[in-house]
Amino acid sequence: MNKTYSVGITGTGSALPEKELSNFDLEKMVDTTDEWIRTRTGISCRRVTDENTATSDLATEAAIKALKDANLKAEDIDLIIVATVTPDLSFPSTACIVQKNLGAIKAAAFDIEAACSGFLYALTIGEQFIKNGFYKNALIIGAETLSKILNWEDRNTCVLFGDGAGAAVIERTEEGYGILSSYLGADGTGGMALTHPAGGTRLPVSLDTFEKKLHYIEMDGSEVFKFAVRVMGKAALEALERSNISLDEIDHMIPHQANIRIIEAAAKRLKLPMDRVVVNLDRYGNMSAASVPVALDETLKNGKIKKGDIIVLVAFGGGLTWASTVMKWCK
Amino acid sequence: MVFERVVEIIGEQLGINDVSEVKMTTSLINDLEADSLDAVEIVMAIEDEFGVEIPDEEAEKFKNIGDIVKYVEAKK
Repeated sequence: MNKTYSVGITGTGSALPEKELSNFDLEKMVDTTDEWIRTRTGISCRRVTDENTATSDLATEAAIKALKDANLKAEDIDLIIVATVTPDLSFPSTACIVQKNLGAIKAAAFDIEAACSGFLYALTIGEQFIKNGFYKNALIIGAETLSKILNWEDRNTCVLFGDGAGAAVIERTEEGYGILSSYLGADGTGGMALTHPAGGTRLPVSLDTFEKKLHYIEMDGSEVFKFAVRVMGKAALEALERSNISLDEIDHMIPHQANIRIIEAAAKRLKLPMDRVVVNLDRYGNMSAASVPVALDETLKNGKIKKGDIIVLVAFGGGLTWASTVMKWCK
Repeated sequence: MVFERVVEIIGEQLGINDVSEVKMTTSLINDLEADSLDAVEIVMAIEDEFGVEIPDEEAEKFKNIGDIVKYVEAKK
């Protein structure tokens, strides 16, 4: 077998739109209350972009910060992967727009779509290129402007999501550190529980789809809830088993930030105390592919992660998809 | 017995220590103030405990604890 390299995150960054939309603001827009949203979801506030900002703008800002944090120049980057369900256009890819914005002239660039699991899917893809020596580094970005595909008249969905972007630079690292194991999964049979129906080739946008509001996110909440609670615990355990790490050794679990009740139910199933679980959905809502990298960046910037800490990242989302990664922090 | 286990699970999920008042006619939502997500979590815990599957359209028909117990007993 050829030599393989350990791969770790050497820099992170995030970007959040300035405009905050609180539950009280939403009370004025749809028939809901702050109390209902907080007790059902744990969300108090979310960020939303203005009309001039697209996903690539947030992705670029997060990427610049991550490159600085990793002490790398844009022209040193070998690969850019953007995970998103809200690309600027269906093509060219958002990753190519980011590549242009950064001036990352050497980099290959493409998007992947695994909904809320997207960042961990992208991280695992990027890891393979570096592990086998094909590339020296990669820029992995999860970025979304979900506010642009939300039906702001549907109280069941519009209160749940927010906009943001998180980026991570991955490079070769000290042996035994960095990503220890990853696990990706999918179950397309459950895919219709969470969809963005119109705008693809099955249902191109037409006057009819527009009038039926099919160009917005649709969700079967209780189906997604059941799936999420079950798969989060299962996915975390699978990645732990693959790295021979036990539950007691976890210093930080960074779960996808969809709903505090899902996070608590999953933590309870894992018997993991909540003080080891990172939560930021109260301030940002569910940012799909951006939730995990933004939460990781914030936890790092708060000084809570030190070299050698065991971090478990776990996500689930549309597809249906799920993913988990165990890391021993390398920096 | 199914009833006792169901009541135990509901007590655990909702954080009710004294479940002696819970009867077959008790309503999760009206009497025990469970919300829709509590109901989903209770259904999941019951599914795991008894190895049965309770589809959403069945769960929506449950009016009280007795309905849950009867459903589980029929499916077990």
